[in-house]
Amino acid sequence: MSILVAPDSRIMVQGITGAFGARHAQLSLDYGTRVVAGVTPGKGGQFFEHAGHRVPIFNSVADAASATGASVSAIFVPPAFAADAILECADARLDLAVAITEGIPVRDMVRVKRAMQGSRTRLVGPNCPGIVTPGTGEGSQGGCRIGIAPGYIHRKGHVGVVSRSGTLTYEAVFQLTTRNIGQSTCVGIGGDPVNGTSHLDVIKLFNDDPDTVGMVVIGEIGGTAEVEAARWIKQNCRKPVAGFIAGSTAPAGRRMGHAGAIVGGTEDTAAAKIAVFRECGIEVAETPSDMADALIRAAKARGVTLS
Amino acid sequence: MNVHEYQAKALFEKFGVPVSAGAAARTAGEIDAALARLPEGPTMVKAQIHAGGRGKGTFKDGFKGGVKFCPTKAEAREIAGRMLGNTLVTAQTGPAGRVVRALYFTEASAIKKEYYLAILLDRATSRPVIVASTEGGVEIEKVAHETPEKLHKVLVDPAYGLADFQVREIIFKLGFNPAEAKSAGKLIRSLYAMFWETDASMIEINPLITTPAGGTLALDAKVSFDDNALFRHPEILALRDLNEEDPKEVEASKAGLSYIALDGNIACLVNGAGLAMSTMDIIKHFGGNPANFLDVGGGATKEQVSAAFRIILGDPHVKGIFVNIFGGIMDCNVIALGIVEAVRETGLKMPLVVRLEGNNVVAGKKTLADSGLPITSGDSMADAAGKIVKLVA
Repeated sequence: MSILVAPDSRIMVQGITGAFGARHAQLSLDYGTRVVAGVTPGKGGQFFEHAGHRVPIFNSVADAASATGASVSAIFVPPAFAADAILECADARLDLAVAITEGIPVRDMVRVKRAMQGSRTRLVGPNCPGIVTPGTGEGSQGGCRIGIAPGYIHRKGHVGVVSRSGTLTYEAVFQLTTRNIGQSTCVGIGGDPVNGTSHLDVIKLFNDDPDTVGMVVIGEIGGTAEVEAARWIKQNCRKPVAGFIAGSTAPAGRRMGHAGAIVGGTEDTAAAKIAVFRECGIEVAETPSDMADALIRAAKARGVTLS
Repeated sequence: MNVHEYQAKALFEKFGVPVSAGAAARTAGEIDAALARLPEGPTMVKAQIHAGGRGKGTFKDGFKGGVKFCPTKAEAREIAGRMLGNTLVTAQTGPAGRVVRALYFTEASAIKKEYYLAILLDRATSRPVIVASTEGGVEIEKVAHETPEKLHKVLVDPAYGLADFQVREIIFKLGFNPAEAKSAGKLIRSLYAMFWETDASMIEINPLITTPAGGTLALDAKVSFDDNALFRHPEILALRDLNEEDPKEVEASKAGLSYIALDGNIACLVNGAGLAMSTMDIIKHFGGNPANFLDVGGGATKEQVSAAFRIILGDPHVKGIFVNIFGGIMDCNVIALGIVEAVRETGLKMPLVVRLEGNNVVAGKKTLADSGLPITSGDSMADAAGKIVKLVA
């Protein structure tokens, strides 16, 4: 089991003919992910060919979905058109839209988020590395890779990872895999101030997933989403949780790379979030090198076997 | 992106937000012409820099106050001469201060009472929020902390926009009389229109004032815009003042890098924002001090690594460099080759610790080892951070 996507999920890629989308569509196909459709308006009827794969391209998300049964989309559309691409997924009633695009205007996302209220489509991202549910093959091949994460660092198993940041997620996954601890699903929720799925949304899914026995929750400065998640964990989650918050040394008022990583007040500092994590029984990683070990400590304390 | 007060006020006027009569001067030669556009009488002279605390700031030559009340225009002319080209140090500028390259003159308005009004994004609800308070002219953080009941918040539904009942709610909470309420209602609606139409990140008026004549005016204006939306607002992008930005940060953004200068001595070069932040944190954890945040992006190229080294070495405080790369998709050997080339090009003399992990890492580490250059290799982030802190200490 896994959350959000499984190895047999059927994926479409919006922006499959752009350089970025094409490159990662190829890597997903190599990983064994079922990329069954591409969407590029105006190129419907053409094919995306790679290593013996022949993926049909459609003019719209709705066409791609009805012709191929794809229910999940990976969005690689440039920022000015990305909001529209997300709304198109909601209109086609997909299960999941994963927006990789970085640099979408905040106002566009404010409108998209409002328009998607009550929609059956879940949005992950934007400005995120995507989702990986590892497979059973060598280097976790045969899994579902949506987005830009390196597939080979994963290993099939029972730990859930949720994070705003790409490379910091890879760091955590790599630490787990080198300790022979596999992952059920790894979810990058993105570094923007307005995103679709929150830390807490993912944590609830992991908590309900019988195949996930523990989680690593990675946050950063800015906003209070991690605090909300931690309070829920304290009340509702019996699974071991390790946490890390990036940005202890970040100066107030400066955006640290991610549009959402900015200290605005006393509530959204790393120190404040770490204090709440501790208070809520989350095992805090002292340094980013300590993320997997922190989970091992948390699991030991609860008598849970991770691998 | 931030803009100056005089630029923000020009936008206010365009959107119908009332401000005092004002005029800007960017050279000594423009001072007389600017003052000529104002009525005779009490005049404010305001130094234009992108930093708060101007009124309580001190110029490098000892002259006090970047915001001055002058009873006459003649006096304003004299004060202007002392401010323009002078360096103003405030609580927000750091000890280096900022050179005042523009002044803003306004008619000194009679004040009945000061209020606070701001519009920004509420991250918890993903909606614009209007924040208003009867406690204007003071630090709003302080009001939020000490008397949170005096801070009123109205969340705007982006599907409908600002509703009339919400405007009334703000007006009643602030306790305006009927004449003031009429003027304030128009001001709040205009301000929201500006926030929405210009893709502003934040608009703050502190203070917003009522006048004895029964009107409302924005006495100050602090406005910033969403960088991601500037592509559709060329007229706002044109207001960017590069003098107010760190030249190293400007150079970095041209090379597609995200760089922020800090005050430590260990420079960082990292791929990914989250990893870059945590690299700074781990340096601090081991007792060192990071000199910067530098994200070369998820898919850094050799050219970017080379540009990053140039930028890092432009900071005279840097005594050592920590390169931390998790090459997921990108090839670690390409990065290693970029590092070797950059070290040779710059004739690097200071300690350099490199931690590479990920795709093709064995070849990358071999490239570093075979280069014959004094590059220290680190295994984990902790190992590498420990090493650079020791080498620089």
